[in-house]
Amino acid sequence: MANFDLNDDGVFVIVGSGAGGGTLGNELAQKGIKVVILEAGDRVEIQDFVNDEWESFKQLAWKDMRTTSGTWRIAKDFPNLPAWTVKAVGGTTVHWAGASLRFHDFEWKTRSVYGAIQGANLLDWPITPEEMAPWYDKAEDKMGVTGTHGIPRLPGNNNFKVLQAGALKIGYKEVHTGNMAINSQPRDGRGSCQQLGFCFQGCKTGAKWSTLYTEIPKGEATGNLEVRPNSMVVKIEHDDSGKVTGVVYADTENKGTLKRQKARVVAVAGNSVESPRLLLNSASSKFPDGLANSSGQVGRNYMRHTTGSVFGVFDKPVNMFKGTVMAGIIRDESGNNPSRGFVGGYEMETISLGLPFSAAFLEPGGWGREFASRLDDYTRLAGMWIIGEDMPQESNRVTLNTNVKDEYGLPVANVHYDDHPNDAAMREHGYRQGSAVYDAVGATRIIGVPPYPSTHNVGTNRMSANPRDGVVNRWGQTHDIKNLFVSDGSQFTTGAGCNPTLTIVALAMRQADYIAHQMGQKNI
Amino acid sequence: MREIDRRTQIGRRVLLRGAATAIPAAALASAGMGISAQAIWAQSAKNLNPHTMATLVLVARDIYPHDQIADSYYVKAVQPYDEKVATDSKLREMIEQGVARLDADAQNHFKTPYIEVLSQQGRLTILQGETLVPFFNKLRSDLVVALYNQPDLWRRFGYLGSSFEYGGYINRGFNDIDWLPKV
Repeated sequence: MANFDLNDDGVFVIVGSGAGGGTLGNELAQKGIKVVILEAGDRVEIQDFVNDEWESFKQLAWKDMRTTSGTWRIAKDFPNLPAWTVKAVGGTTVHWAGASLRFHDFEWKTRSVYGAIQGANLLDWPITPEEMAPWYDKAEDKMGVTGTHGIPRLPGNNNFKVLQAGALKIGYKEVHTGNMAINSQPRDGRGSCQQLGFCFQGCKTGAKWSTLYTEIPKGEATGNLEVRPNSMVVKIEHDDSGKVTGVVYADTENKGTLKRQKARVVAVAGNSVESPRLLLNSASSKFPDGLANSSGQVGRNYMRHTTGSVFGVFDKPVNMFKGTVMAGIIRDESGNNPSRGFVGGYEMETISLGLPFSAAFLEPGGWGREFASRLDDYTRLAGMWIIGEDMPQESNRVTLNTNVKDEYGLPVANVHYDDHPNDAAMREHGYRQGSAVYDAVGATRIIGVPPYPSTHNVGTNRMSANPRDGVVNRWGQTHDIKNLFVSDGSQFTTGAGCNPTLTIVALAMRQADYIAHQMGQKNI
Repeated sequence: MREIDRRTQIGRRVLLRGAATAIPAAALASAGMGISAQAIWAQSAKNLNPHTMATLVLVARDIYPHDQIADSYYVKAVQPYDEKVATDSKLREMIEQGVARLDADAQNHFKTPYIEVLSQQGRLTILQGETLVPFFNKLRSDLVVALYNQPDLWRRFGYLGSSFEYGGYINRGFNDIDWLPKV
């Protein structure tokens, strides 16, 4: 395993070890580039994971102070937990559900397809679907996505069977157990899914792809990758010419001692709340509005998907907690069909919660007999998650809250979000269709559940052809500073109506190719 | 697939409380109602007085009323307060003042302390009093974890908790649903 010197200014520094950072780190290491990944969280391995919702939350979740504003319901229900992401090696790939969907072609060019939508800051991606196709292929192969490359789909559990029966009954056609980065058979040195039902708590069998036990150890095995956990980057530094020279990070295992790691190139991959926060907190006299922010777009266009859940209560048992959480999908609503009253599409995916999280999330703030009766019905619940494209809005943004400081004296992130009317219309449609699915198979009661803290956070350092419109170019390279990259979901120009991880991984692989070429040419 | 009724048998005590309006308080107290300052768990509190403990338990049940769940789970959910107030004077103040307010309002409306108000509807009216909002919100948000995160209680609801040590559900019924209509 590599061990690089703090003063080694030849290393490529990546901030974050999740889908973007972990993948990029391995890909670069495989190409012979020396990489240091600085990860804010601890290294929690498979054997440490616990099948216990709150214990696991304590172990893995990003719980650092954040604030919220705006009219979204999260600001009321979870004012200091706008996002549910992971602070540990592997980042959010540790707790993700595994759903690995490609964007539809139209989702790369929504400004052209949807037209101008009032209040939305739509923009076409500077990448074409044709260009992305081979990278999606590579990413699916890397992650072992079911339903692709001849990999069989997962078997359907009870929760899926309810979804499927209802969906087919009301005429939906594309219903299956999804494209999941969860082994349905042994692959890549990892075993197959044992239907534990704890995908969100870290997969204890390792059947689900996570950079923690795929990309990262593979990268480390090359001798070119060093991962430093408990290393919270607080600032990116630059020289007089404006080139990035390294990062300052707090060694949190060592009383937060500040250290400086020099770097040839820096890539930011701390998820869409922390990545813009870091760029903004790195403001200097040369870049008073923060790094890479000449467009003023850093932190803006925060997207979190239009989400909501529908749970059906039945008169007989479902036991939704048994088995893979999100292996079930209805895709029929994922196209763009403005006659529904909104642009963009959404997926309906199975979801299940254990009893503790059902109590916390089925009706945040709820109490009394009505609330209690939902939990009394726990074994007879079936659940789905609605996840659709939300509109990018300039005013939905991550800013620095200078009134609230973290332990290093730095302003925490404030996450502001208002639903766009398109988002609200889509959610309502999703609730209606979801209810119809469960009604069709005899639900005695329907529970419409508001959004959970955001698990899909994208868009705050968006990609644009024109430097005026966004933060990074088509390679995730910042428009302003050529040796500074963004490698996570924050580079998304628009959010598409599907789970983002596959696209983050595909973009990271593509970016690694570009970076290796540019470094070879000594352009960076 | 057979559905097993996991509920505890409905005891006399619960029936009494359900039909309580007709029964005088004194008779109920002598009938040995579970939630009482005389209970061992209330008497053994170190920092909060037994009456406060008993009131908290009843409030917990009023916030998350599950007839299938024994009082002991609610007791367990509020017991941590007895420890915490030893070092948290603000919390102690909030709890003691909250209970005092509940009792004062109950006296006003029903001429008894909160714990002896027999109608649940009556108690809920008091519980939702405007001056009690911070106390109520604190209890509600603490209890949503303190009550529902008790592994002993999960089985009552049919939730089986950790599955890894049993090999997951791949051979234990992940797809055993048998009542769905054929499509």
